Amino acid sequence: MIIGLDVGGTHTDVVLLGKNGIERAVKVPTDESDLFNTVLTGIEKITANIDSSTIKRLVLSTTLITNTVVQNKLPEVGMIVSSGPGIDPEYYRTNRFYYSVSGSIDHRGREIEPIDRNEIEKIAWDLKKEGIRYVGVVGKFSVRNPSHEQNIARILGNFFDKIFTGHRISGNLNFPRRIATTHINAAVYPIHKSFFDAVKKSLEKKGLNVPIDILKADGGTMSLDSSSDFPGHAIFSGPAASAMGAMPFAPDNEDCIVLDIGGTTTDIALLINHVPVLNPVGISLGGFKTLIRSLETHSIAVGGDSAITLDNHNKLKIGPQRMGPAMVYGGSVPTITDALVVLGKVKDCSRDKSYSGIESLALKTGDSTMETASNIFDQACNMILSEIRDMIFRINSKPVYTIHEFMEGYKLSPKKILLIGGPAPYFARRIEDLSEFRIGVVPRWNVANAIGAAIARTTCEVTLFADTEQGFTVSVEEGFKEKVATDFSMIDAVKMASALLMEKAVKRGADASDLEMEVIESLQLNMVKGFCTTGRNIRVRVQVKPGLIYGYDSIADMLTE
Amino acid sequence: MKLSAKNKTGLVFFPAFDWAISPTHPEREERLLYTQDQVFEEGLLDIEGIEEFRPELVTVEDVQRVHFCVPDVHKVMTESHFISAGCAKTIGKAVLDKKVARGFSLARPPGHHAMRVVHGARGFCNVNIEAIMIEYLRREYNIRKVAVVDTDCHHGDGTQDIYWHDPDTLFISVHQDGRTLYPGSGFPYELGGPNAVATTINIPLPPFTSDEGFLFTIKNVVMPILDDFKPEIIINSAGQDNHFSDPITQMNFSAQGYAALTSILKPDIAVLEGGYSIEGALPYVNLGIILAMAGIDYSRVKEPCYDPDKYRQTPDITMNIEKTGETILSYWQNRDKISERIRDKKDFDERKRSIYYDTDNIREQQKETVKICPDCAGALKIDSTSDRGTHLLAVHIPLRACEKCRDLGYIWYHSAEQNIYDMVFLQDRTEDKYLKQTG
Repeated sequence: MIIGLDVGGTHTDVVLLGKNGIERAVKVPTDESDLFNTVLTGIEKITANIDSSTIKRLVLSTTLITNTVVQNKLPEVGMIVSSGPGIDPEYYRTNRFYYSVSGSIDHRGREIEPIDRNEIEKIAWDLKKEGIRYVGVVGKFSVRNPSHEQNIARILGNFFDKIFTGHRISGNLNFPRRIATTHINAAVYPIHKSFFDAVKKSLEKKGLNVPIDILKADGGTMSLDSSSDFPGHAIFSGPAASAMGAMPFAPDNEDCIVLDIGGTTTDIALLINHVPVLNPVGISLGGFKTLIRSLETHSIAVGGDSAITLDNHNKLKIGPQRMGPAMVYGGSVPTITDALVVLGKVKDCSRDKSYSGIESLALKTGDSTMETASNIFDQACNMILSEIRDMIFRINSKPVYTIHEFMEGYKLSPKKILLIGGPAPYFARRIEDLSEFRIGVVPRWNVANAIGAAIARTTCEVTLFADTEQGFTVSVEEGFKEKVATDFSMIDAVKMASALLMEKAVKRGADASDLEMEVIESLQLNMVKGFCTTGRNIRVRVQVKPGLIYGYDSIADMLTE
Repeated sequence: MKLSAKNKTGLVFFPAFDWAISPTHPEREERLLYTQDQVFEEGLLDIEGIEEFRPELVTVEDVQRVHFCVPDVHKVMTESHFISAGCAKTIGKAVLDKKVARGFSLARPPGHHAMRVVHGARGFCNVNIEAIMIEYLRREYNIRKVAVVDTDCHHGDGTQDIYWHDPDTLFISVHQDGRTLYPGSGFPYELGGPNAVATTINIPLPPFTSDEGFLFTIKNVVMPILDDFKPEIIINSAGQDNHFSDPITQMNFSAQGYAALTSILKPDIAVLEGGYSIEGALPYVNLGIILAMAGIDYSRVKEPCYDPDKYRQTPDITMNIEKTGETILSYWQNRDKISERIRDKKDFDERKRSIYYDTDNIREQQKETVKICPDCAGALKIDSTSDRGTHLLAVHIPLRACEKCRDLGYIWYHSAEQNIYDMVFLQDRTEDKYLKQTG
């Protein structure tokens, strides 16, 4: 059996999945100030009276890294940045101990200016004196040639506990994001490590000796071991969990929207024929633009607990804050949930508190209490719908770079919305009435995200770059470089990249017999000097598709039956 | 320190990785590859105030507004040309819709050698992407006075041809002396037709001109003329083949020079033209131009191993450039007198030309007749024969044509002898109407 656990803003959902579907599901309140306890309580409850030897896997999706980054609680680390010509790297300063050093590599990976060993050693001593234990090293175009980053890391090696190099994070070009992402990885590392060490130890004490996997922002998992090199990848896994949870219920050969309506936020994701849409560069979060591979998701501050207030003109305003629970559950500010109670959609509770909350708003809007409740609800639905339309427009208007892509350009046109999250069933009918979409509520909507985490596959990607004129092929993230002959072709490159991908995926916890690999980018251009072709410039990107682990992809049938 | 654009700047980027004239041609797939790498690696598209747009296609009508395509639009354009012209159009719209303050279209193939009549490709160009954009903007946004400053190393003879008779378009081309480089034209005495004297300005610079000479010319010749003309928008045909590393030209311009030029000129719209040093120049020059347009510090943009001392121009060159500048300014200041002299008592003006399409190896013979008109740009007809055997008559009625010129255009069109011409075209810009008869 597998345990899936997803920490949300309000609740933490945990499921235990077996051959026959959901064996058990629990919800515990999330305590943001003590996530460790939240996670442990969740696991304790789900495993109570269960033979621990029957549990084979535990997948965690937490808000630990997201919170640390968004609230800017990143501890001090050292950052060494080598840029060469271009925009002044001072603009990308991430923290106090940020050093711009000499050294330069060009767009084809050729060394233009060497690094200066003395300069690095001096910085190392300074950082050491300040008590810094973790350092990030980033070079411009290091994904074309990582030697400067590697050499700097070697010089720093004996001084510090762990060094993070930019070229290992992603094969994508984007120097400022590489800096930001390396900084996040270095800075969250100690927090990530102590948290998961503690979780692991506590579970072992209880006799729960299972491999722990961590859900990533791209809807795939990584093993706890491999996560120590890329702790930042665990950021923002919540929306990924929901998308994976909805995946088995998506219509065939059709685009589909996944809407996770939670207490504090609503997350939107997109599936094309069951496969989630990935962000091509990396996730942006709270002012940080990163190279962390992630699903294309969008979060808006509308949820069941969103506070309803009035603006200066006595117009209803939804969110963006949550000011405690709904009045029906003892809160002091009316919420969307209270509007749902007044409208009779949420039953099994006393209507009085909600009614008086909405009534206090109605006195000022001039409408009746029922009308006000219904206006709140419609306004919330319309906010969500307008964000969905914006998001589709944004994705469809993304630039493309070849005539083929331009002419054949795939346009998203989803006709269906899959809803999950606590308030999902209440919203379904109204969103359908207010829009052109068909609505479906995912079975076990209230824990679907935890199911998604439990059955997500291990994912990763590999970027391979070949320059037959210079006679090499390189995949810098993998630390791979080989000589190639002049007849090295695209087919060879794809083969080589796929082998590297297979190796990487297995190392990160994947099952070698269950890897769905695909080429997501391939470009081959002749390089010409004078009027002669002198070589080929080949770029290939392959990935393990985000998806569900084998044997659990039929979960849809088990849950719907 | 936060990085943000002082001027909100739009980019359209279309490297057309799957289109080339031929596999080893300078205008080939790889041309913008390293520029794209540099733009991506520098994270330009993440900078607040820099926005990338997805290009749209131009329509057949957008092309007909400018060109007479032989035998028709689809025969002279590939998808790539529809997109490349569409890139310029997209950025022009973004600027005039005020979505951005300025815009730069980095697309290929280029367009500034394409003339009004198109039998095929010249100088790697099939259709004139700037002119297609300008005439679209004139129609949709009702702008009138436009300046095009062409800083490609090659004379922008196509753009010159299209605006030769248009007093509302100031065309200034700064280029390597035509005696030393394709297309062999662009001399100071080429000043435009009788209805548009001195709204064509040519500034040839000697080979081996460096940043100093370029910037001198922009500051002291181009800017004063622009200030006098007072255009509603300034367009820069931003060719990058003046670079010291360009393989097919002999100039010594640098990335810093290009960025400085851009910050002096302050174009509303820049459109990439030529530039064939795809590794050594384009990545750095384009970076410099984008930063300068956006008003971001570009002082650290530098080509590897660039040594300004090595590329400094000689005193001879400096003198030559100053003399050319004086000649041109005197033409500009005396433009009314020159105009009077040329228009003196004539009803029509004629010019005969032989035009060579180097890319497609076509030879065209043209006889052009324009009505000298005190009230408008004048009705224009072009009798054109190519060595592929096509003989055509093309009639152009300008956008703000007077009634007489408009009527004259229709008379020309309807009275054309069917047995002489294979095709007769009419461009009626007053009605945005494009007609064709075949013989």
